[in-house]
Amino acid sequence: MPIHDQSYRRYRGGKEKPGAAWVVIATAGIVSTIRKRKFLGLLLFAWLPFFIRAVQIYIASSYPQASMLKPTAQTFRDFLGQQQMFVFFITIYAGAGLIANDKRANALQIYLAKPLGRAEYVGGKLAILACFLLLVTWVPGILLLFVEMAFSGSATFIKSNLTLIPSITVFSFLSVLLASFTMIALSSLSKSSRFVGIMYAAVTFFSDANFEALRHVLRTTSISWMSVPALLEQMGDVIFRQPPRYDTPWPISLLVILALVGVSALVLERKVRGVEVVT
Amino acid sequence: MPEVRAATTEPIVRLTSVSVQYGKQWALRDVGVEFPPGAVGLLGPNGAGKSTMLKALLAFVKPDQGRMHVFGFDVARSPLEIRARIGYMPESDAHIPGMNAVSFVAYCGQLAGLPAVDAMQRAHEVLYYVGLGEARYRNIETYSSGMKQRIKLAQALVHDPDLLFLDEPTNGMDPKGREDMLELVRDLAHNKGVNLILSSHLLPDVEYTCDHVVVLNRGTVATAGPIETLKGRRGQVYELRIKGERAEFVEVLRQEGIDCHLTDEDVMRAFVPDGRGAQALFELASRHRVQVRHLKPSVPTLEDVFARALGEE
Repeated sequence: MPIHDQSYRRYRGGKEKPGAAWVVIATAGIVSTIRKRKFLGLLLFAWLPFFIRAVQIYIASSYPQASMLKPTAQTFRDFLGQQQMFVFFITIYAGAGLIANDKRANALQIYLAKPLGRAEYVGGKLAILACFLLLVTWVPGILLLFVEMAFSGSATFIKSNLTLIPSITVFSFLSVLLASFTMIALSSLSKSSRFVGIMYAAVTFFSDANFEALRHVLRTTSISWMSVPALLEQMGDVIFRQPPRYDTPWPISLLVILALVGVSALVLERKVRGVEVVT
Repeated sequence: MPEVRAATTEPIVRLTSVSVQYGKQWALRDVGVEFPPGAVGLLGPNGAGKSTMLKALLAFVKPDQGRMHVFGFDVARSPLEIRARIGYMPESDAHIPGMNAVSFVAYCGQLAGLPAVDAMQRAHEVLYYVGLGEARYRNIETYSSGMKQRIKLAQALVHDPDLLFLDEPTNGMDPKGREDMLELVRDLAHNKGVNLILSSHLLPDVEYTCDHVVVLNRGTVATAGPIETLKGRRGQVYELRIKGERAEFVEVLRQEGIDCHLTDEDVMRAFVPDGRGAQALFELASRHRVQVRHLKPSVPTLEDVFARALGEE
């Protein structure tokens, strides 16, 4: 006779109301991704430009001879521009498998048989990627402002550049929104995370190569809307009140970004289902 | 002591004129059926619409027409309230990649609304219950087919559902594993008071674990009711083996009002109405110059119900 019968028991505790499962998905996804050493290395590497900028700010604040290194709004714009490279790699590393791996393991029917809707599932997956991307854009951008304040010993720079905090925030969130939505949508189209990564890179490079070729043929940059990286560069210049680098009106760039997000949402609506019906 | 849930005689699942179409193919056609509390078998050949019915009840598939209610909730309007009370064990292999068994089951518990600590505790408990206690720290991707079936049952049970949907739970299991799985299902239904709908094309599985059955064929309900009632509504059953043209003799018996069908092993099962007995079979055999090689009284089985229901279709 067993000492303790390992039998099935009723659960008598409380349950959360539906609506919080996206937090569970996001938390589990973040924890499992951050446990990967390669990814942790990539994250740390993505913070290298922050430390270089911090040193630049320190030298400019400490040594009057190095006043040409003093930060301006352009410094922050350039910093976030550089971070786009890390946004690209982190998006591929952390985002490609988010839905593709679930599709490969038939996990969607497990998720969607639980009390959570498709929007909540997608929201949880988006939150994983967005969290990492904000960690290498918005967080270091805002931190740099505080570093400047700490080293200079006054809030004069922030007071004279009051739009910087909203600019960093809006640009970071815009680039994260675009990268997360497009990657999650691509991830829902395949069962292979490797293929998804290649697709994402192909879309990014192909759109940019196309633009570069056409700008030389047509001798105009007003077609920059066809390049994904150029869309963000153009919007970044406008948001940081810098002279735009392309001739494309910024509302067109913004519209294309929103259209890409919209198409991604449409793809997700069609592809994230408990059962895929092929007729 | 068995933990029996609040007894109710009200149907827990009700479908009214439900039709589901995939392209030009009808998976369910004007299905109206009620599932009473307890263990109900959803029986039918492959492609009968069993899985589609379960997926429609989970709101994975939107019916082209009709209404469905589970625990009184409309599936179209309150899918989350329904899913909070349902555990679903899918037919195909399904897991969340990169997790060991206990993390996976606890994660499923959290997704169903359990607090993290409770989910982990329940995960350990249900893994022991389904027989994976010793293997609970292994990555699921290293599990055998039988273990994967068990883990699917564990994730369906972790949040203590009021109703279980089991889609072909013994698929790909060896005889011993199948026996264990059926034992678990039977225990859940009869000793733990969990309502369940077991979808299967295997008659013995349904007969062993369920009290009621709904037989589906080509997207329609062929027959439904308590298994004992369905089995017991005819007269004496005989197993019969003959020398001669079996198909012709089956036809002769049917014309004489004796329902009959062939089984896999050249054996015919004849349902002789009350008051006629084995003599009627011998007389017919003699009249049609058929030699009876074997005749044995038998008991009605679910296979007879199934064959009859499909025959009538």
